[in-house]
Amino acid sequence: MPSQTEFQTRFAHALHHGGPLPAGLAAGPPQAAGSRFDIHRNNLYAGLVDTLAAAYPVVQRLVGEAFFRAMARAFVARHLPQTPVLLHYGGAFPDFIAAFPPAAGLPYLADVARIERAWLQAWHAADAVPLDPARWAGTDPREAPHLRFALHPSLQVLESPWAARDIWQTHRHDRAPRPLEARGPQTTLICRPRETVQVRPAPAGTCPLVRALACGSTLEDAMAHATRVYPDLDLAACLGVLLRAGAITDLSPTGRPS
Amino acid sequence: MTTHTHDSRPPRPSPVPASAGVGLKPAHYKNILEDHPPVGWFEVHAENYMGDGGPPHHYLQAIRRDYPLSLHGVGLSIGGAGPLDREHLGRLAALVNRYEPGLFSEHLAWSTHDTGYLNDLLPLPYNETTLKRVCEHVQEVQDLLGRRMLLENPSRYFPLEGATLGEIEFLQELARRTGCGLLLDVNNVQISAVNNAFDPRDYLDAFPLWLVEEIHVAGHDRQQDAAGAPLLIDTHDRPVDATVWSLLGRVLERSGPRPVLVEWDSRIPAWEGLMSEARRAQACLDHALPEGAERHAITD
Repeated sequence: MPSQTEFQTRFAHALHHGGPLPAGLAAGPPQAAGSRFDIHRNNLYAGLVDTLAAAYPVVQRLVGEAFFRAMARAFVARHLPQTPVLLHYGGAFPDFIAAFPPAAGLPYLADVARIERAWLQAWHAADAVPLDPARWAGTDPREAPHLRFALHPSLQVLESPWAARDIWQTHRHDRAPRPLEARGPQTTLICRPRETVQVRPAPAGTCPLVRALACGSTLEDAMAHATRVYPDLDLAACLGVLLRAGAITDLSPTGRPS
Repeated sequence: MTTHTHDSRPPRPSPVPASAGVGLKPAHYKNILEDHPPVGWFEVHAENYMGDGGPPHHYLQAIRRDYPLSLHGVGLSIGGAGPLDREHLGRLAALVNRYEPGLFSEHLAWSTHDTGYLNDLLPLPYNETTLKRVCEHVQEVQDLLGRRMLLENPSRYFPLEGATLGEIEFLQELARRTGCGLLLDVNNVQISAVNNAFDPRDYLDAFPLWLVEEIHVAGHDRQQDAAGAPLLIDTHDRPVDATVWSLLGRVLERSGPRPVLVEWDSRIPAWEGLMSEARRAQACLDHALPEGAERHAITD
């Protein structure tokens, strides 16, 4: 008789990787045992493929249900959830898509998946109250460079060499894929200031700017960081988008003399 | 959406009444808040509310303000050979503090192993070794949450070697050693009975109903295994089967009223579809004996 740990190890392995049934099943004829064990296999695979389908509806629309389910199944075979909380299952799916040879013909697919991923994370992110725009408007311009920004927990900014946001937007509610200019680049801001997840265009350079602000840089230092990559960075435009999207929740002076 | 402050707590923990409740689904949030339907209580899967914030919590808080709530976990892996996931227990404790559910239940099953979460409620053989392990886990959860939990009888698709105890014996002993209560899933009894060739009425007649604080009913699929034997699958994706309704009546006749939940987790119907199942469950309850009919049998 195997120990309880051995039994569960074999059971889990047979569920996830297939192969012979684990010892310990006492279910009559072998083919009957197999078809009964398949109920658990199906709950593992079909259940998690359904979870991915619910999280990535636009990706499924772009590739069709059969292709999507095969791709998702291949992902499940490599990535078991590491927690029973499935709200965030499939974080590695966009990278998996990017490296999935049969999807190579749709080079923008992974970036569309990244938008869907960010949308879902924003949906479940912690709540926070956006900054009253009057506070920013009332800031002394000499102090602004030394301010630090608290950002909304749901905020994400994504860059894509493709028109990933347009493709996502167009296929959000459509039944079938339609031809579209796929070339970008596009920068996309995703944020949920209240109940609704916002997906908006953002100026080039918003991504490194936000990353630096998120690390606690002052506005001046964050701008210096972002302009190294985007020399033409339009700071006013970036801040305007962030404020309108409710992506900033607080400002704090650093106390440096201006 | 109704707007409420985020940190507002439910007024007080409210007990789950001995009436019909339904599983709460996002598709029905708005129906419930707008129409305030006459359902006794709602149940949610704990793991679906373990995000940090957002609309799921806004809706659940608003609904919790108007209805008693039961919290039903699917991922603790109480029957796991390995230790419980402390991080997951922490999330559960936070959720219990936040919503103050009237009942908290989990499954007599395992779902997590070294390699990860297997997204299913998997069977364990019933013997002294597994009983001891499950008792330790139940005790750990109850100590951490500071409250009694309920354990649910699972759906079983095949017998396992190494079983020396019956399921009822196992559950009853578990309750005796840990002080936990039981959740009797009548649909699971019907599924296990057909799949393992026993009479569900015998099982239910032997079940320690004085330990039962909640009852589940749900729909199942009817298939055949590769040898042509009937095989019922726990799908929660359709109306409750006629046999299960009749078994529920048999239980309630003996137990008196208990909280009865209609579970419907997949291919979710429009609100009215679920409501009509709840009305049927309530009708079964209304026919049951008054509270206290068999209560003097509670001695142990």
